[in-house]
Amino acid sequence: MSVPGQVADNERQNAVARTTRIAVLVTGTVAALTLAACSSGGGRQTTQESAAAGTATTPTMTIAFITHAAPGDTFWDLVRKGAEAAALKDNVDLQYQADPDGANQANLVQSAIDKKVDGIAVTLAKPDAMRANVTKAGQSGIPVVALNGGIDAWKSMGVLGYFGQDEKIAGAAAGERLTADGAKKALCVIQEQGHVGLEARCDGAKSTFAETEKIYVTGTDMPSVQAAITAKLQQDPAIDRVLTLGAPFALTAVKSVKDASSAAKVVTFDTNKELVTAIKNGEIEWAVDQQPYLQGYLAVDSLWLYKVNGNTIGGGQATLTGPAFIDKSNVAAVEKFAGNGTR
Amino acid sequence: MTAAATEPGRTEAARDDRVARRSLAARLLSRPEVGSLVGAVVIFLLFMAVAVPFRNVANVGTILYGASAIGIMAVPVALLMIGGEFDLSAGVAVTTSGLAASLIAWNFGLNVWVGVALALVLSLAIGAFNGWLLLRTGLPSFLVTLGTFFVLQGINLGVTRLLTGNVATADISDMDGFAAAQRIFGSEVVLGPVTLKVTVLYWVVLTALAAHVLLRTRTGNWIFAVGGDAAAARAVGVPVRGTKIGLFMAVGFCCWLSGMHLLFQFNTVQSGEGIGKEFIFIIAAVIGGCLLTGGYGSVVGASVGALIFGMTQLGINYAGWNPDWFKTFLGVMLLLATLVNVYVKRKADLR
Repeated sequence: MSVPGQVADNERQNAVARTTRIAVLVTGTVAALTLAACSSGGGRQTTQESAAAGTATTPTMTIAFITHAAPGDTFWDLVRKGAEAAALKDNVDLQYQADPDGANQANLVQSAIDKKVDGIAVTLAKPDAMRANVTKAGQSGIPVVALNGGIDAWKSMGVLGYFGQDEKIAGAAAGERLTADGAKKALCVIQEQGHVGLEARCDGAKSTFAETEKIYVTGTDMPSVQAAITAKLQQDPAIDRVLTLGAPFALTAVKSVKDASSAAKVVTFDTNKELVTAIKNGEIEWAVDQQPYLQGYLAVDSLWLYKVNGNTIGGGQATLTGPAFIDKSNVAAVEKFAGNGTR
Repeated sequence: MTAAATEPGRTEAARDDRVARRSLAARLLSRPEVGSLVGAVVIFLLFMAVAVPFRNVANVGTILYGASAIGIMAVPVALLMIGGEFDLSAGVAVTTSGLAASLIAWNFGLNVWVGVALALVLSLAIGAFNGWLLLRTGLPSFLVTLGTFFVLQGINLGVTRLLTGNVATADISDMDGFAAAQRIFGSEVVLGPVTLKVTVLYWVVLTALAAHVLLRTRTGNWIFAVGGDAAAARAVGVPVRGTKIGLFMAVGFCCWLSGMHLLFQFNTVQSGEGIGKEFIFIIAAVIGGCLLTGGYGSVVGASVGALIFGMTQLGINYAGWNPDWFKTFLGVMLLLATLVNVYVKRKADLR
């Protein structure tokens, strides 16, 4: 008979021995796999890095860059990269922050005022929530520029300039293009219910292409997006265009069209690297490009210009960065920049 | 029979409702999954009546795909709930797994399968960590896994951005092993007019396996026991610790399976995905008859719950109802299914 303490000791030793064996096994397996497991193509090594530009000699200024980006939305990668490129050139300490909730985004503006930053670039997708704090920033002497959203609201908040597209005009341009393409009926896929900008795009498209129908999908759940678009295409075979409002959803819609054995073509707003490839391959017809990189770049650069030389880009008017179309005819020119992750 | 004849008091005893054998129908109806089955039939008939494309056999594949995406996770989540715990991190953990596989392969230029294997290790580790922390701290699982939920959400975004400079993983479809992995995790089978995604197969297999474990094995008894009363279970010799950690790891395994589907179906993974899905898994389990308090429920029911959810989600699209009201319809349908479930259960209990 062994006393309980010994049993415990033995068990512990066994456990230690077992753990060691497992550890050796795992390490060995991983090492063996690693040696045999290198991919012959793709991956990080084939990705190009973009070159850095020279830096301004002006004193460092701090700019808070506050957007309504949802976490994980690839569109904002491009905006942020543009802002970072300008920040690097202009010797700016860029503080990027984002919150899709209007009240939270307004709080971020307040915290930027508290920090006494030298400038604020902000998106005004939910203008009413932002108004009080943005106005306050201007009154406390911090220059503010707006980008991407809020084309109707920025002037009344004492904002210096606006860089973006008018979502309604962009939607209307998409609708005109659909008409020109000879489309019969379009499905406009909204990935976030209650988003003013996305609704405006669909409404804009409907204003110039009457046969536009809306569908709401859960943007954070790709399998359900795919199933929902498939179901809609099966329900209504008359749909011959799927108009998505973001690049990742366009790529998913291509799969839905295949699943539903539909003849519909996919067209979209906004681009990313994979989307540019898809246009080149003919999987997607065209994309409405609002040049997000340019929006981020101009927002930061305009604050720098205002600080060092008192300039305002746009001279008090909105600076439109879109809508432009990317299709097969001009995709080659965009492709090489998309590879860098900047278009 | 002879005993009854010699002993007159026995016939009266047989009528005593404590020991009386209940009719087959009553016993069947008191199974936790039956209510949800009836609910599913009601929803099915409803959409058969109002949505023309719903009747098309070829569209079954789409509905089952929608249901399987939920069902694969609803099965382990139901097991966990029967075991008395929640996992709020299950939704984002799916994304974590997909991101991990993709980023590991992409960043180090490795064969995709290495990423897949390491993602499995990671997913199991997250599950084990949840279970360990729960037992170590004695905090409610709601709180522990809420913490993990936020931590993973941040890691998903932070690590992806750190490694790729973007918020989504790079396309890895040109890397070694991708095609083979896609056949396993993202392929489809054509059965006559119906095209079934491979997830449907996984869903069915998982349901059968989990139902077998729960109802026919000792482990199944342990799960019911730890969910019913952990202290009493421990007193009679049930390994409470092992059972709970095992359940969390089962959730981890299924997160990995869903995550791999996410990766190989869409080639890239967005780092913000999966938020809010944890509640859908829990809802599917509850529609399927799992109690929020643990100790009672069914995995078949949870799968039926996922089916109800899938049918409702896509049925509304098939019916072509005004999309502005989509979520409202969804909520009403789910309430309807659950009310039918409760009604059937109450009727069964009265018999």
